[in-house]
Amino acid sequence: MDKSITLPPDEIFRNLENAKRFAIDIGGSLTKLAYYSTVQHKVAKVRSFDKATKEAASDKLYEISVQEEVTARLHFIKFENAYIETCLDFIKDHLVNTETKVIKATGGGAHKFKELIERKLGLKVDKEDEMTCLIKGCNFVLRNIPHEAFVYAKHADSEFRFQTTQPDIFPYLLVNIGSGVSIVKVESEDKFERIGGSSIGGGTFWGLGALLTKTKRFDELLQLASKGQHTSVDMLVKDIYGGSYGSLGLTGDLIASSFGKSATADKEFSKEDMAKSLLHMISNDIGQLACLYAKLHNLSRVYFGGFFIRGHPVTMHTITYSINFFTKGEVQALFLRHEGYLGAIGAFLKGAEEDNPNQYSWGENYAGSSGLMSVSPDMNPMQRARSGTFDMLEMDRLERQLVNLPLLQDPSSYIPDTMDLTEDALAREYWLYCFEEALDGVVKRAVASQPDMPEAAERAEKFRQKYRHKLQTLRHQPFAYGSLTVRSLLDTREHCLNEFNFPDPYSKIKQNENDIALKYYQKAVKSLEELSWEERQFALVRGVLAGNVFDWGAKAVSDVLESDPEFGFEQAKRQLEGSKCLKTTHPGFLLQGPPHKCALFFVDNSGVDIILGVIPFVRELLSRGTEVVLASNSGPALNDVTNGELQILTERIAAMDPVIQAGLREDRLTLVQSGSSSPCLDLSRLDKVLAQVVRERQTDLVIIEGMGRAIHTNYYAMLSCESLKMAVIKNSWLADRLGGKLFSVVFKYEVPAGKPSQGSAAVTPS
Amino acid sequence: NKSKSFPWFGMDIGGTLVKLVYFEPVDITAEEEQEEVENLKSIRRYLTSNVAYGKTGVRDVHLELRNLTMCGRTGNLHFIRFPTQAMPRFIQMGHDKNFSSLHTTLCATGGGAYKFENDFRTMADLELLKLDELDCLIRGLLYVDRVGFNGHPECYYFQNPSDTQSCVKKPCTLEDPFPMLLVNIGSGVSILAVYSENNYKRVTGTSLGGGTFLGLCCLLTGCETFEEALEMASKGDSTNVDKLVKDIYGGDYERFGLQGSAVASSFGHMMSKEKRDSISKEDLARATLVTITNNIGSIARMCAVNEKIERVVFVGNFLRINTVSTKLLAYAMDFWSKGQLRALFLEHEGYFGAVGALMELLKTTEDP
Repeated sequence: MDKSITLPPDEIFRNLENAKRFAIDIGGSLTKLAYYSTVQHKVAKVRSFDKATKEAASDKLYEISVQEEVTARLHFIKFENAYIETCLDFIKDHLVNTETKVIKATGGGAHKFKELIERKLGLKVDKEDEMTCLIKGCNFVLRNIPHEAFVYAKHADSEFRFQTTQPDIFPYLLVNIGSGVSIVKVESEDKFERIGGSSIGGGTFWGLGALLTKTKRFDELLQLASKGQHTSVDMLVKDIYGGSYGSLGLTGDLIASSFGKSATADKEFSKEDMAKSLLHMISNDIGQLACLYAKLHNLSRVYFGGFFIRGHPVTMHTITYSINFFTKGEVQALFLRHEGYLGAIGAFLKGAEEDNPNQYSWGENYAGSSGLMSVSPDMNPMQRARSGTFDMLEMDRLERQLVNLPLLQDPSSYIPDTMDLTEDALAREYWLYCFEEALDGVVKRAVASQPDMPEAAERAEKFRQKYRHKLQTLRHQPFAYGSLTVRSLLDTREHCLNEFNFPDPYSKIKQNENDIALKYYQKAVKSLEELSWEERQFALVRGVLAGNVFDWGAKAVSDVLESDPEFGFEQAKRQLEGSKCLKTTHPGFLLQGPPHKCALFFVDNSGVDIILGVIPFVRELLSRGTEVVLASNSGPALNDVTNGELQILTERIAAMDPVIQAGLREDRLTLVQSGSSSPCLDLSRLDKVLAQVVRERQTDLVIIEGMGRAIHTNYYAMLSCESLKMAVIKNSWLADRLGGKLFSVVFKYEVPAGKPSQGSAAVTPS
Repeated sequence: NKSKSFPWFGMDIGGTLVKLVYFEPVDITAEEEQEEVENLKSIRRYLTSNVAYGKTGVRDVHLELRNLTMCGRTGNLHFIRFPTQAMPRFIQMGHDKNFSSLHTTLCATGGGAYKFENDFRTMADLELLKLDELDCLIRGLLYVDRVGFNGHPECYYFQNPSDTQSCVKKPCTLEDPFPMLLVNIGSGVSILAVYSENNYKRVTGTSLGGGTFLGLCCLLTGCETFEEALEMASKGDSTNVDKLVKDIYGGDYERFGLQGSAVASSFGHMMSKEKRDSISKEDLARATLVTITNNIGSIARMCAVNEKIERVVFVGNFLRINTVSTKLLAYAMDFWSKGQLRALFLEHEGYFGAVGALMELLKTTEDP
């Protein structure tokens, strides 16, 4: 193996300049390095012009400034032990201003490399208990990474079935299959216990396998096993019974005695067959023990990890099979996407206890993370080369803690995404194509958003390459970042844009649109007030929907907006006129009867959408005595209105409109940030403050607007209060899927079962 | 005569071994002697005057139950075994000796009763009475325990199992035997929770059994028989092959209360080529035996805890002449349960299924 490789610093060991708090986990063959660093990147800020300077600063509503912001990021890098020296040298050379004195170390190889690390880095190696690190890391990923855990199903459409994040991750069983097996019951962050184990583990497979087949490497043994037939070596029930053992329900193909035939048959066995038999023997045995422990301790969540598992489809399959067999399907074997990093993450967390990383929420950065690679023995050479070099995980510290929306009917079964593209090959094909097609436009928009920066074009080009590469990866490995969804594709794009310092490509467009829309505000309100109550209800809903047409994220719309800058609210309304559903369903029921206590409104786009569509609707709610909480994005995504922008907009509207003004003054209209910077909405990861406000105000109506938040996500979300999902379908493929046409409308009003219904209607596009 | 006509056989055809019990009446009257057909006499003479049959058949003379009264007759019960591979020859012999002319039913249990049923019929014109192996196992076990082993208890345990110096075998009886966890270690392993003679359930099983031990030993050491494998194992040192807790942690793993001498990874040292080149066949045989035995002990113990049963009875031919395993099982039950569980063993290890089959013969009413 080539130990002297050149490391590309742009891709591996990034942000070393500010790195601190190192941790290292050295296993039998792989090293995992962790460090904390800060990332300086640009963010777009909006600020109201001072009254004094306003005259001078053109007629713009607010100013946009790009500022530098420093955020925290965790870096995890996995590489083969053979590169350890090269990597340590590289780190030493690139470490600039660190005050770090200590490196936390764990893993079986920690003592072996202790001297080397201390010499190379000049850091004192501080060893941490392996199992403690493993559990800490496991808790961390389960809490912070949605779709961390998955069920493996070899023959399903998608081999990986990702699990939704549980509101409470405890208690669980972790079965760590290293050279031996440890079975650990984890009851809380700090409370765990090794309740059992077995000496028959990965070391047995490897050691015994090496003796039997004269094959030295673990991977090669797995490869042999995947080609073998265990039935020539094992004694099956049918070898003893001639068929099944019916009265006990044991089928003929069941293994009665592992290696049972090798005692009597006078023949040579193939390496493949013996390896396969050994693999079955060990997997079944571990699965059986895990089930016995799970049953004894009444636990249903069982995670498997350790080098025996580490992404190997062969072992995941045999373990899954064994668990299914022994529990008759009652317990599912769960695996983890970042299983290999647990020890390093845990060691890092041990070293960072004074920073208390667990008080924050963290998010996987799709731009900087390699994602799950298949290490199937049958995989193609490209993938194999990849897995043999460097693998990265990067996690951003989020500014706020993220929690469930308290109004979710069943948080443990909530799935934000409407469509799982990992399982739906046709949909996957379409959306990957769609995002690839849209890439030119995004690049163009990104460059245009930074006219004063000459290197913007170059950065934009890098962004293009990065995102295109992500799309290619996802084409081959849709499961790389958990379930592939429209949301994850959008979020990945946002992460990549941020990575190359395009924090808000739509800032100018948003500014412009907000300006224009604001000019029409009073007129729009006035014409609504002239309508009868009933007519007004229709008009308000129509207004929100027409406003929702203005979505730069939708190609069908951005094409129109690009070619016709005059395209306005009235045209949009006319565009929707064909939608019969508006006429067949009475939107009035929603605002009939006793007023709601408080409505939570998740808003979508800037400009016409928020100003001429949403605010008049909000106004109506306020007039009825309903308090309103407007939830908008914390950070930019496409032309979605951000909390910062919305603050300014509402101030300006309040200056023109006494109803809004009174609402703000009396604290009946509140603006909160969602905690998200995505065009979609994950109701299980919302700003803690938002959740608190929702609870305090006894929110009894949730309105979700827009394609990203109400169709791509949350279309099937079940809430414990009344809810309304409104969107215009601006994608003809999706419209077709949902049985409608482009610019069809979704107006889905739902009352939870058991609540008095004020009339319910789920309107699908006509 | 009210009782069944002779010969009385019970047969258990397992995956590796065929176990045969034969009741030799010693109270034959002169009248009976005269009436006795020639081939019945010759069968009796052949079985009782030999201790080995062909190349592979063996009579376990030391297990013989003498002066036993069954079904009103007195006689000796003989215990014979031969490899299942020899079944075709055995059936051929049944044909040659014209066994089908005898007025008896051949009661058979074990998987082979099903597998070879047709061969018995076509090759030897014999109709088997097929019996469930677990029914037979429990019935036979309870019977032998009841009648005792020629005046001594059938059952035994190990006193001071945790101390190799003072660990001694102690006889005992299975008085009030229920509930018991019955662990039958043949080629594979079945674990039963037994609440009464007729009320039991199969809790689980494992494919890592006697067949695995012998199979792996043959592949790893080139040995050919169970005896050979055990002989090698008795001389080997498994710690050259297995990775112990202390090999990884330098001593005890205190965080988890694991002793340094505990096996962390069976065959774990064999991941390294150097170690592979430095071990003996005896070490490998010993490691295989220890691995399989500990694993069975571990599963049995978990089942006992899950089923809330404190008495664990180990039977099956894997335990034959295998004190390494019996002591290890006794130790494992005692140590890991902190003295809560007791491992019990029976002298007639693997023959209870065959005894149970014989008892079924004596119970059947349809006497020709």
